[in-house]
Amino acid sequence: MIKLKINGNVVDIDVDETTPLLWVLRENLGLTGSKYGCGIGSCGACTVHINGEAVRSCLVPVSTLNTSKEIVTIEGLSADTSHPVQQAWKELDVPQCGYCQSGMIMSAAALLKKKPQPSDADIDENVTNICRCGTFNRVRRGIHLAVQKNNKS
Amino acid sequence: MKKEIINVSRREFLISSGKVGAGFTIGLYLPGCSEQSGNEIHATSGATKMAPPQEISSTPAKGLKEVNAWVVIQPDDTVIIRIARSEMGQGTLTGLAQLVAEELECDWSKVTTEYPTPGENIKRDNIWRDFMTGGSFGIRGSHSYVRKGGAVARHMLIEAAAEQWGVDMAECSAANSVITHTPSGRTISYGKVADAAAELFPPEHVELKDPKDWKLIGQPVKRLDTDEKLNGKQVYGADLWMEGMLNASIKACPVFGGKLKSFDASKVTSMPGVHKVVAVGDDAVAVVAKTWWQAKTALDKLPISWDKGANAKVSTASIDAMLDEGLTSSKKVFVGNKNGDVNKALKGASKVVEATYRYPYQNHATMEPMNATAIWTKDKCEVWCPTQNGTAALQATAQAAGLPVSQCDVHKLHLGGGFGRRGAIHDFVVQAVAIAKQLPGTPVKLLWSREEDMAHGMYHPITMCKLTGGLNNKGDLTSLRVRISGQSILASINPAWMTNGADMFTFQGMLPEGDHAISYSVPNLLVDHAMRNPPVPPGFWRGVNINQNAIYFESFIDELAHTTDKDPLAFRQALMTKHPKSLAVLNAVAKKAGWGTPTEKGVGRGLAVCKAFASHIAACAEVSVNDKGELKILRIVAATDPGYAVNPQQIEAQVEGSFVFGLSALLYGECTIKDGAVEQSNFHDYPSMKIKEMPKVDVIVMPSGGFWGGVGEPTIAVAAPAVLNAIYAATGKRIRQFPLKDVDLNA
Repeated sequence: MIKLKINGNVVDIDVDETTPLLWVLRENLGLTGSKYGCGIGSCGACTVHINGEAVRSCLVPVSTLNTSKEIVTIEGLSADTSHPVQQAWKELDVPQCGYCQSGMIMSAAALLKKKPQPSDADIDENVTNICRCGTFNRVRRGIHLAVQKNNKS
Repeated sequence: MKKEIINVSRREFLISSGKVGAGFTIGLYLPGCSEQSGNEIHATSGATKMAPPQEISSTPAKGLKEVNAWVVIQPDDTVIIRIARSEMGQGTLTGLAQLVAEELECDWSKVTTEYPTPGENIKRDNIWRDFMTGGSFGIRGSHSYVRKGGAVARHMLIEAAAEQWGVDMAECSAANSVITHTPSGRTISYGKVADAAAELFPPEHVELKDPKDWKLIGQPVKRLDTDEKLNGKQVYGADLWMEGMLNASIKACPVFGGKLKSFDASKVTSMPGVHKVVAVGDDAVAVVAKTWWQAKTALDKLPISWDKGANAKVSTASIDAMLDEGLTSSKKVFVGNKNGDVNKALKGASKVVEATYRYPYQNHATMEPMNATAIWTKDKCEVWCPTQNGTAALQATAQAAGLPVSQCDVHKLHLGGGFGRRGAIHDFVVQAVAIAKQLPGTPVKLLWSREEDMAHGMYHPITMCKLTGGLNNKGDLTSLRVRISGQSILASINPAWMTNGADMFTFQGMLPEGDHAISYSVPNLLVDHAMRNPPVPPGFWRGVNINQNAIYFESFIDELAHTTDKDPLAFRQALMTKHPKSLAVLNAVAKKAGWGTPTEKGVGRGLAVCKAFASHIAACAEVSVNDKGELKILRIVAATDPGYAVNPQQIEAQVEGSFVFGLSALLYGECTIKDGAVEQSNFHDYPSMKIKEMPKVDVIVMPSGGFWGGVGEPTIAVAAPAVLNAIYAATGKRIRQFPLKDVDLNA
């Protein structure tokens, strides 16, 4: 039995401890907002926050986690889709198919936590998620817009 | 354009009437689809208290009377618009709803959508017509009848109000979901008369608005499907969960055409969660377990032996040899476009230029891997899946289930990417049903691993192209011979669509007329195709053959221009006088990009233009190549004339996105073949472009009216050639082999 702290709740999970966090989220906890895209940490569709850092959950065995690690998924980013990144995304209609967007939003939100006024170069370096529909330019605009929203609030 | 008068047939009325349709259950109400099997579906496992129950995106219209097949209005004035095409990111859901709502005169803020099922469509005599979502056809293939659906519903709602008031309906009008009796000023909302409207006969005919009167079509309204894509609530096929559901992970013989020989289930049956190991068809094996992760873990440990069959020695080199032979062969050659006498003209040319290009196999690599969930019993089979063609998915379901279509149905979910992979071939549905058939009554979700997705794509087909151009002493292009050698998609996927043995898709962008007509006039022209079909399954890949053909054609036109020391823009313009709409988009990008103005050292600009999916498209790329040979795509100006622009901001999104798809293919896209199998296995060796490589894109949407062109695909075709021509301008290096990752730009 492994204890995890996810979106502020402590949960007990009974799984093989080599199971990646992504699959625990998706299959044991029903938090399917984090997506499977590659399983090798390449595409970023599974991005969640662990202690505020953007992490590719498909590469994190649950055995490495405990309740001292605050895990936040897209479902827990805000209670009502009110996070500045989510609001900016809505204003610009960023998603197309949307499958990569949970990960994209989590990457962007983690970047803003680290660098509240990121430059384009910061975005290039930190947002390495794959989007096959090609939302990148709206993602970039969305991050800059989220900064403005943060400053206003 | 004058108002179109559209007749409404009596037969259509009978099928669409509320009474005939009574008891009909619809679309995306996922649990409702399982009434008979008693299964409940939630998007969460419900395994812990944490899991929030997730709403499915559309409000179910179940139990409500429809005004007609396209429109259901609830008492609170919510408007549910039925969408037969599939949403896969391209925005068709919103665009089609705009078309219906324009004629319906409803309050756009109250609009929601839902998918009817292909099974209901068949039961109702094809009332929603075509479910196929491909060929950039969503809007251009259904604008007329969906607008009519909205107009008929509006008429019936007004008539119902007029009857209730006892007035002449000619004295009434509707706007924003409110009907007004002009003489008295009385008003009533749609929700109050929808039930009564549902009982009426539809009108004999309706008039569609003149485009100049459109209020909603042409507006950059927000997408209807964004909210749930921001908070993880959107349920994709891969996310589906049902009570009692098992999960399957599959491996098919990696060698194309190979078969499953044997597997040793005993090695994995005691692993955690494993329920069953099953053969799937004659070429695959699946592990079925409680969770997918357990299924995949066990599958990775399962000893499998394959009969690799006849293709075990096929390689990229052996395929290239087949295509090389086709470049000069006279066997199995089909003509796509011919005028004048090209051979005679080439003999008389002052200068002859020749070049050969090669384009590799590529995978769709949708972000959401292939998946389908199936429940099979001896008298019923239901499937939930992301599909670009519900009707084709239903046929695949019925065939795999061994049941009549009338005892099957398919419930569509929004796609996590389609790009053509989920349209023509539903191999993933066939597999899911084959597995579910071995576990009667149990819902089984099949999800492919990314590795399986890379190994079993329906690949953007390989072709080569040899172009020979003849110029007169003034440097004018007088003759052009284009020989395409390579794979036909139709020969593999649907030979019935071939034209006297020819695959006309092969000639996209070079045809004499139509949606993919050549954009130039060449006095002596011959375009032909030596069909060479290697044993690698091809498929429709966003844009289809226009992508390769535009690279060949637009690169070669550039080569010809430079050979004659003519400006590439002027050289094109001279050949385009009979193609004013294509010329207009070309001129637009040249102007905005500052064509002809000086650039810094190492910076170059390149052009490309074509007609694709009935739209006119052009791009001007600006790139730099530094002294280490590193490419940076700085800026792209793109113009598109789709005739009518239903939602300009979504067109911009599609155009921008098309550069990611087209340039990912140019920079990285290649599936190589070794020992009869694809060598690439995941995004580490089949990369896709990332944000840091993305250029600034300026989009010019310039609808000229009078026709309906596609949007989701066309721009991809100009992405690569514009960049390639810019690289030439920057470096003097002409690239004829792709992708660029294998090319040293410094050499």
